[in-house]
This record gives sequence, C-alpha cells and structure tokens, in this order.
Amino acid sequence: MRVVVAQASQRGVWDWDFALEILPDIVRGLWQTVQATLLGITIGMILGLVLALLRRSGVRLISWPTAAVIEFIRGTPLLVQLFFIFFVLPSFGITIGAFASLVIGLGIHYAAYTSESYRAGIENVVRGQWEASVALNLPPATTWTRIILPQAIPTVIPALGNYLVAMFKDAPLGAGISAGGVLLVANSIRSQTLRGVEPYTVMGILFLVVSVPAALFVRYLERKYGYERT
Amino acid sequence: MLSGNQLQALLEGTWITVQVFVFAAILGTVLSLIFGVMGLSESRLLRAISRTYVEVARGASAIVLLIWAAFALPILLGIPQVIGPLLAGIIALGINMGGYGAEVVRGGILSVPRGQTEASIALNLNAGDRLRHVILPQAVVLMVPPYGNLNIEVMKGTSLVALIALADLTFEAQNLRVQAGGGVFEDPPSTAAIFGTALVIYFILSQLIALFYRWVEGRVGGRWHGART
Amino acid sequence: MATREPEITPAADVMVRMNQINLSFGENHVLRDLDLNVAPGEKVVIIGPSGSGKTTILRVIMTLNRPNSGTVEIDGRHLYHEKNNGQLVDAGEKHIRAVRTDVSMVFQHFNLFPHMTSIENTMLAPIKVLGLSKEEARERGANLLEMVGLGDKYNQYPGELSGGQKQRVAIARSLAMRPKVMLFDEVTSALDPELVGEVLAVLTDLAKEGTMTMMLVTHEMGFASEAADRVLMFDAGNVLEEGTPEKILRDPEHKRTQRFLKAVLSH
Ligand SMILES: Nc1ncnc2c1ncn2[C@@H]1O[C@H](COP(=O)(O)OP(=O)(O)OP(=O)(O)O)[C@@H](O)[C@H]1O
Ligand SMILES: [Mg+2]
Repeated sequence: MRVVVAQASQRGVWDWDFALEILPDIVRGLWQTVQATLLGITIGMILGLVLALLRRSGVRLISWPTAAVIEFIRGTPLLVQLFFIFFVLPSFGITIGAFASLVIGLGIHYAAYTSESYRAGIENVVRGQWEASVALNLPPATTWTRIILPQAIPTVIPALGNYLVAMFKDAPLGAGISAGGVLLVANSIRSQTLRGVEPYTVMGILFLVVSVPAALFVRYLERKYGYERT
Repeated sequence: MLSGNQLQALLEGTWITVQVFVFAAILGTVLSLIFGVMGLSESRLLRAISRTYVEVARGASAIVLLIWAAFALPILLGIPQVIGPLLAGIIALGINMGGYGAEVVRGGILSVPRGQTEASIALNLNAGDRLRHVILPQAVVLMVPPYGNLNIEVMKGTSLVALIALADLTFEAQNLRVQAGGGVFEDPPSTAAIFGTALVIYFILSQLIALFYRWVEGRVGGRWHGART
Repeated sequence: MATREPEITPAADVMVRMNQINLSFGENHVLRDLDLNVAPGEKVVIIGPSGSGKTTILRVIMTLNRPNSGTVEIDGRHLYHEKNNGQLVDAGEKHIRAVRTDVSMVFQHFNLFPHMTSIENTMLAPIKVLGLSKEEARERGANLLEMVGLGDKYNQYPGELSGGQKQRVAIARSLAMRPKVMLFDEVTSALDPELVGEVLAVLTDLAKEGTMTMMLVTHEMGFASEAADRVLMFDAGNVLEEGTPEKILRDPEHKRTQRFLKAVLSH
C-alpha cells in the first residue's frame, strides 16, 4: 500500500484534498473486501449445501451433530470465530494467513445460514417429487442430482443473494485479524496521519455506494423471480 | 484450562457486552418503531425519509457505522470528549438495528388485514387509537419472531466494539491471549480455552435471548392467536 | 368571533343524501351520476349483479372510498365537505370524523378484532370515540350481545365463535356506537347456509324496531320482502329501478331485473 504522508492534524475538521488523496487507496481496500466476499460466498454456498444434506441425513449420528454445529455457528459472533481460526488453529498445527482466515471464516459462518435456506428449498421439492421418483423407480442418487437439487437450488438463489450482500457488510471485520480490506486500509491511514475523519467517511460513503445498489438489485431480482415460485 | 482470574476477566467483559446489547436494543427498537410507522405514512416525504434511513442504516453495515461513530462523528461534531466508545457502540449498533427493525415493524403492520383498518373506520376510531388498539396488538404477534432473531444478531454484533477498544467479552478474550504471551505457540491450550469459553458465553447469551422471545411470543399471542376471524 | 352558519340544515325527510356521485377505479367508472336519498328510519335493500357497484355505494357513505365528484350528506351535514365562508370546500379529517359518528357498517367478512373478546370488541369504540366509561361501555355492550342472542359469549374470542356468532358480535359492535345509519354489505353471504337464519333474525328485529335507518346489500329476497321499505335494483353504476319489495320482486319492469331475480331465486 502506498504510504500517505500528510501533516494532517493542523488542518480543519474536514480536508477535501486529503480525502481525494486517500481515495485510490481506499478503493483498492474496498476491492480486497469485495474479493474476500466473493471467495467467502463461494465457500458458503458449497459448504452450506453439504451441511444441509448432512443435516437431512437419516443417520442421527450425522444429522444431530450437524444441527448442533449450525446452531452454534449461528449463535456466536463472526469476529470471535475469526479470532479462533487465526489465533487458535495454529496451535493445533494449522496455520492460515490472515486473508485466508477471513475468507474461510466468512464461508463457514454463512454456510450455517445458507444451509437453512437450502434445507427449506429441498424440503419443498421433496414433498412433491420424492414419491414420483420412487414411483419411477429412480435410484436415490439420480433422484438427488437430477430431480431434487436442480429444482431446489434455484429457489434458494434470492436468499443467497441476500447473504452475499450481508457478507459484504461483514467482510471489513477482517481488519480485526489484520486481513486486507477497506477497514484495514482506513485504519492504517489513520495511524499514519492521525486523521480519522476523512478515511472513515470516505470508506463509509464508498461502502454505501456498493452495498445499497447491491441490496436494491437483489430485492429487484427477488421480486422479479419470486412470484414464479408456486 | 482457564485460571480464576481469566474467567473473572471474561465475565466482566460479558457484563459490558450485555450492557451494550441492552442499550443498543432499546435505541434500535425506538428507531424501528419510528421509522417503521413512518414508512407507512401517507406522506411521500415521510416515506422517503424512512426509506433513506433504512437503506443507509443497513447498507453502511454495523462495523462501518461503528468505526465512523467512534472516530469520525465525535470530531465532526466537535465533541470527542462526549462520545466515548460505549456511546459510539450503542449509537452505531442501535442505528443499524433500527434499519432492520423498521422493516420488521412495517412488514408486521402490513400483514394485518385491511379489513381491520376498515372496521376501525366504520367504528370511527381515530388514527392513533386505530394503530394502538387494533393494528399494533395484532402486528406485534407477527413481529416477535423476526424481532427476536434481530436481537440475537445485535447481541452478536456487540463483539465489534472490541475493535474500538471497549472492554467487552471479545476484547477481554483478545487481551487474555496477548497476556498469555502472544498466545500462539507458548501456551496453545490457553488460547483455545480463552476463545472457546468466549464462544460458549456468546452462545449461551444468544440461546437465552431466543428462549426469552419464544416466551414473549406465547405471551403476546395469548388465547386468540392461531384462531382466525 | 364571527357567527358561523349552523352546520345542521334541518332536513327531516332525508337521512342520507347522495348527489351526483361519480367514482372510478382507474378506467372502471363504477358509480355514474348517482342520486340517492334515504329517509330517516327507512330500510333500503340494494340488489344487483356482481360488480354493479353495490358495495361501493356503502363504502362511499362509510368514507372508505372517496368519490371523485358529488356530495354526500348525513342528516343534513355534508360528509366530505364543509362550509367555509358559504363555500363548500373539502373537509378535513376532523369534520369527517364528526359526521361519520352517525354511520356504521357491518362487513361481509365480519372484520372483528381477533385479539379482543366479544365484549371488548363492543367496548373499544364507545370508550375511545364516545368517551364512555368502562362500566358504561361494558353495560351497553352486554345488553347488545344479549339482544343478538350471545349473552353467554361475552368472553369468547372471535376465533372461538362460529361465523353466525361472529357476525352477530359485529352487529352488536356497530350498534354500540348508536349510529343513525347502519350499512350492511352482504352480511350473510360468507356464512354456512344453516347459520344465515340466526343473523337474518337479528336484522329483522332491528328493522322492525323502526328508528334506525338501514341500507342493506343482500340477495336474501325473503328478508327483503319482509323487512324492506324500498328495494333498489342497481346496474352499471346507477339505479335501474326502485319500488316497494312487492313491486320490484314480483313485478319488475325491466328485463334486466327479471333476469337477475330469476338467477338469484333459482340459485
Ligand atoms: N379497490 C378497488 N380497486 C379497483 N377496482 C375496484 C375496487 N373496489 C371495487 N372495484 C371494482 O368496482 C366495481 C364495483 O365493485 P363493487 O364491489 O361495488 O361491486 P358489487 O356490486 O358489490 O359486487 P359483488 O356483488 O360482487 O359484491 C367492480 O368492477 C370492482 O372490480
Ligand atoms: Mg359487494
């Protein structure tokens, strides 16, 4: 990151030149936050599906612990989970970089949420289609991969869209473990220049510029495709 | 395992966590009601104000609001000595909660059938009585479950105040890790125990909140709930 | 202070006066230049095909749908307008509420307050709107529930009542406001056939009592011929023909009315 050298503390409450000067760095930080989000949601979507399937397992030794893990992840803060991944796992011989820890933490945390959406989606399809598949004498594996999931997953997409937006809003937490991102950049500008107003305000505005349209777009998709489901 | 002192520190942090949660939830609830009802106003202007608040409060995210409230707002207002980390945390989390809560309130009110409003008009109730005695009592029942979930999210969100150096549960856990010698390699079981205990305490808190709102749901619903008119 | 013209212009012979009412929903012109007068104490039954605007008339009088043009007077007072320096101007909420106390409406789907018991349903508005004490409101509500045959259901919630019982509570709830005009919109058509009688019995009693002005949309022709002073056949947003029940139900002039009655009676 480029070091911003400024004798800031003598200036007024708000300094436009300074704000413009730091803008490119903050945009770069925001891009890292977006990258963490995109990688995180990928893990969240895949792991969530796995958790949903384990949760639906007929074997209680599998379904119950899965349910408990999901409940635990949902009931505890992401930030502490990130600390756990970054600070505790190394003592068990698993060392992961800060950025990777952030991505994995986001992925696991949101997998607990997406799994519930998958489960609801699957439940809906199974109710009508399972018996039809049995009547056609399809093997269970085929039923899952060709009948159930292809119908269930599209119904979950609006929920996944919402989680994508939500994850973007959580991704700056990576700063807590010094993982790159918009907040880490703003923090370091502040510590180098002793001015917090401009970096944090620029960060806030840029953040809104991304997250509000994203949320509106997801809601638009929801409305557009939501009614097709019957 | 944790020493007595370590546990003591975590519990003291928990007390801060609970305080931040309670005050943020109170502020968030007030904002939810104000902006939720405003979002249903006949006035376009009021609806636009409510919409803007909801989008900004949610879109800015809890963490960005928090950092901004802690490090930018006090200076912009020229009152850095008034807004300390505790107040900044309560303001930011409360505002963020209000954005989600306003939608819970609006959704709940919209779910009350139109006929209820029409019957209130046929009985000549004024707008205030209509809302207070007819619409809200029914809407509240629909609001309780999502509102309970929102409370859990806010409680979890309080952990962010550790990043502005407020000594909550998360902050204390971090602090203990550092005291245990940077933690990572010297005393691995201790680091695991510290964060493990913190996670368990958070989990207990969220379960208590869930339990509480399940109880509330039973109370506000009462005998009439479930049976339809 | 300037002396204001009294709002009440004595009009002993007209309780509800609708004058040149027009109302459209978008392209759909539902009420067309409608004139309609109802005398104090008169019982008017409105019949007509689905979509002809019957419900809309009642909703206009109840201020649930505001007409695009025309005036409505209740007992000599303008409902949607007030006089300002002799000019008729759009009335504010306060004025509308003041005039609206004279009117109440019973709905096809009851619209009882599900979170209140029968007696609480009848008590809310008298307390909040008329300023009755709790005791007075309770006594009034109890008497009315007694009158509609629900003396043993004071503390039941709507969800615990049958459809006929719900509708009788709804009637008691409106009566508790002691309105001069009561509007009934197909109050029996959401009921199971065996429950229709108990509600019609209450309405018949109410009609026989005499003082209340009643406007009822109903397809219960037996009730209409027994209780109505006048029957209006409504079609395409205006009155097609009107007269005594004997005249309209036995010997209608218009083909349209004859066909309509045939369809309803054979139903
Ligand atoms: N809120 C509304 N928005 C748009 N159109 C409406 C609305 N309410 C009624 N209409 C239309 O106005 C017309 C008259 O409706 P109204 O309910 O008065 O008919 P009705 O005579 O009571 O019919 P029914 O016997 O079916 O109850 C209908 O074409 C209806 O579709
Ligand atoms: Mg109708």
